[in-house]
Amino acid sequence: MKQQIIMKLLTGMAGLGMALGVATAHASPEQDKQDLIKYFSTKYPNVKHEDFVYGALAFDPDSKAQYDAIMEFPPFDSQIDAGRKMWETPFKNGKTYADCLPNGGKMIAGNYPMFDEAKGKVVTLEDAVNDCRVANGEAPFKLSDPKTIGVLSAYMRTLSDGMIMNVKVQSPKAMAAYDEGKRTFFRRTGQLNFACATCHVQNAGTRLRSELLSPVVGQAVHWPVFRGGDKLVTLQDRYSGCFKMIRAVPPAQDSTVMNDLEYFHSAMSNGLPMKASVFRK
Amino acid sequence: MRKLHQLITTCALGAITLTGSALAADAAKELTGKQIAFDRSKGNCLACHAMPTVPDAESAGLIGPPLIAMSARYPDKAKLRAQIWDATVANPSSSMIPFGKNGVLTEAEIDKVTDFIYGL
Repeated sequence: MKQQIIMKLLTGMAGLGMALGVATAHASPEQDKQDLIKYFSTKYPNVKHEDFVYGALAFDPDSKAQYDAIMEFPPFDSQIDAGRKMWETPFKNGKTYADCLPNGGKMIAGNYPMFDEAKGKVVTLEDAVNDCRVANGEAPFKLSDPKTIGVLSAYMRTLSDGMIMNVKVQSPKAMAAYDEGKRTFFRRTGQLNFACATCHVQNAGTRLRSELLSPVVGQAVHWPVFRGGDKLVTLQDRYSGCFKMIRAVPPAQDSTVMNDLEYFHSAMSNGLPMKASVFRK
Repeated sequence: MRKLHQLITTCALGAITLTGSALAADAAKELTGKQIAFDRSKGNCLACHAMPTVPDAESAGLIGPPLIAMSARYPDKAKLRAQIWDATVANPSSSMIPFGKNGVLTEAEIDKVTDFIYGL
């Protein structure tokens, strides 16, 4: 009797798995992105697709004008300079970051996060920097540290300004990681019961208090941001902030959950130009 | 069965209210329904809802419908309370926080907020 129930349960679960498998097999990253673009362009026909890189600013001309004025003389320039110094300083073995990253580290940020088949997991640009350090006998950076990896990545990403975001999901394992990220994005969680999608799909372009919520499309192209002018915030810092705001325990930065989320999230900005770094409120 | 359940709930609520008022005598201040509704770490209703008839309801969000003529919209006050307790029952894709179900507010706090919102 017990065995029968267990068998039934297993069959049911397998069936469910197959159903999910079939469903996800059809939803390619490109299709997911197109669906979101269609959703937003129907809801906000006056916001051009290319303006989605401005996030909430695309919905508010006054804030956009303020942003443009601040970006003429970015208050965070000194931090980008500090990042440049880090980038140019050779390791103890005399080699540089440019030596061990693809294409000398130029015009590569839009390829990240990428799925590393050998490692069997998603690798962010920051992971690639740390791999580079370790390969050259240096200690890896703590990935949530704005003063080291944050500043360095802010400069590094300026080397990819204008590159079109081009995150690829090509193997079944990569697809599984993408789907995991997608589930995290759409799953409601925390005491407040929000998903990422609650604010950044369902209510994007709407005001929460006096703040406009930005749409998911275009969110991933301009990190790190400098909030209030000079506070460096990385993309995964922002994810942590969102998790905390909905009263959920944030997954650790650089964990599989966070990296898979960044993988899905970045793919939704495919086709849009990268920009580092930007001011945000 | 349901009546029994309601009775128990009423008794429980009564007990809570009694304890609440007993405690209130000691506590320096107890938040009113309006204060709970306005408090950003409590109800934070204004994050999503405007309150057009409340002059100091400033910087309200637009995610949910404005809270106005509530007694006309919810002739049954219990339904309004149920909506605050868990709006996803009536609409699974509602963005609204399930204040009661997830324990964001206590039952007594929800009663007070319901009274306040019902009067808008």
